[in-house]
Amino acid sequence: MESEIHMSLLSVMGAPSRRDFLKTTAIGAAAVALPTVLSGCHVVGAIGKRKLDFGDDFGVLNYAYTLEALEAGFYERVVKAPPRDLRPGEFEVLRDIGAHEVQHRRFFKRALGVLRVQLPEFDWSSIDFTRRDTVLAAAKNFEDTGVAAYNGAGKRIKLAEFLTIAGEIVSVEARHAATIRDLIDPMSRSFAGDDVIDAQGLDRALPPSEILAVVQPFFKTPVRVTGL
Amino acid sequence: MNNFEPKRLIEAHDPEIAKRLEARHEELRAGASTSSAVKAGMMMGSAAIAMGAVASDVYGQGSALPGVVAGVLNFALTLEYLESEFYIRGVGTPNLIPSDMFNVFDQIRKHEVAHVALLRGVLGSLQVPKPEFDFTGGRGRGNGPFADVFSNPQTFAALSQAFEDTGVRAYKGQASYLIDSPDILETALRVHAVEARHAAEVRRMRDQKGWIVGSSRGNLPPQTQPVYNGEATTFHFILARPGSGISMTEAFDETLTKSQVLDIVAPFLVTR
Repeated sequence: MESEIHMSLLSVMGAPSRRDFLKTTAIGAAAVALPTVLSGCHVVGAIGKRKLDFGDDFGVLNYAYTLEALEAGFYERVVKAPPRDLRPGEFEVLRDIGAHEVQHRRFFKRALGVLRVQLPEFDWSSIDFTRRDTVLAAAKNFEDTGVAAYNGAGKRIKLAEFLTIAGEIVSVEARHAATIRDLIDPMSRSFAGDDVIDAQGLDRALPPSEILAVVQPFFKTPVRVTGL
Repeated sequence: MNNFEPKRLIEAHDPEIAKRLEARHEELRAGASTSSAVKAGMMMGSAAIAMGAVASDVYGQGSALPGVVAGVLNFALTLEYLESEFYIRGVGTPNLIPSDMFNVFDQIRKHEVAHVALLRGVLGSLQVPKPEFDFTGGRGRGNGPFADVFSNPQTFAALSQAFEDTGVRAYKGQASYLIDSPDILETALRVHAVEARHAAEVRRMRDQKGWIVGSSRGNLPPQTQPVYNGEATTFHFILARPGSGISMTEAFDETLTKSQVLDIVAPFLVTR
């Protein structure tokens, strides 16, 4: 059963300033901040849910949470049993990036609180974790995809504070993408190559439908989506 | 954040733009039709450009937000002017860029030049003119702390890193002002990510990690410290208990306000 937190809860909580509530707890933010922004909506408690509902900001945040968890899970596996043919310094880079993704996953988990979706189980069978080239290729795919996902989702966010947070994370994903590309093809144009940056100098922005098509193969159970 | 009286805000930041917006308002009152920038945007097939120009027009008709948007975009344009001229001069200076770094700096140059063209297209008649720059950091005296910027590749690369890391934080700080202009916001985010890719690559060429560690300027000279101040925060708004450790500072890039950015770039602008 899905639990629902209705607007009526808000009247119980009174009406302190929005900012005070944002500073207290994730649930405070959840219950109070968004309904002031979203018109006539209710917030659906998402815990235990597999579905990403893009009807509100929490859908977007859960989307980011899911993608960050995928990235974190990938690097955790890499760091636990790194390919033997990594070159000097590369393990440290992958370890650092993995630590960032774990921080992002933890951030969204805490921030969403009871509103977070149940993460899918991941299926890593398509990645050969024993080889440097396949691990770096997978990392490049995840990082480039992450950048395009945040870029495409930004305009769906209705609360300025959430948008700023997304901005604080996406540039780190872009730094990762450039770094992985630099490991694969050092000191070339690849870090911001013409395959991802267009003639106007713009990185990719992809809608959730296209991002999910890229990452679904890594989910044991497909993530369902509504509200797009 | 979105409730500022827009004209007041623009006047505070940019009296020149406020004047031009007022002039545009008068034109529209006098019966002017869609601006040439809208047409140019449509002809170029760019929704973003057309949207931006429409936004400018709507402001002329008295709407609130797009004046703020124009202010943000002109701020971005000023930074892109700085970066594009920096790389055009650097890449064009014989024997400055070591051959193994040429592809990287030339790719960055290409993007910054494209960003200038894009923003000028969006802003149309509202665009600010290109300032004069003094890349030595001497405010026009030509003898600032980076006096050998175009003769010493290490100085050039150091300034490049400082400009790129600044650019990332600058765009990020403006994103929320664009929240009601989705297409422009998306374009700005896409530029922002490219700046971050540039920053990471230049940092790596300079033997730095691709991301910012704490609020450390690493091996950059002390004048660049304001670029990194505030980067060590581990508090991110809804989290009462922040994540801990150096990886938390690395995992989030922080914003800079417009005035913080203008303070950083001021030494590179020629003032009379």
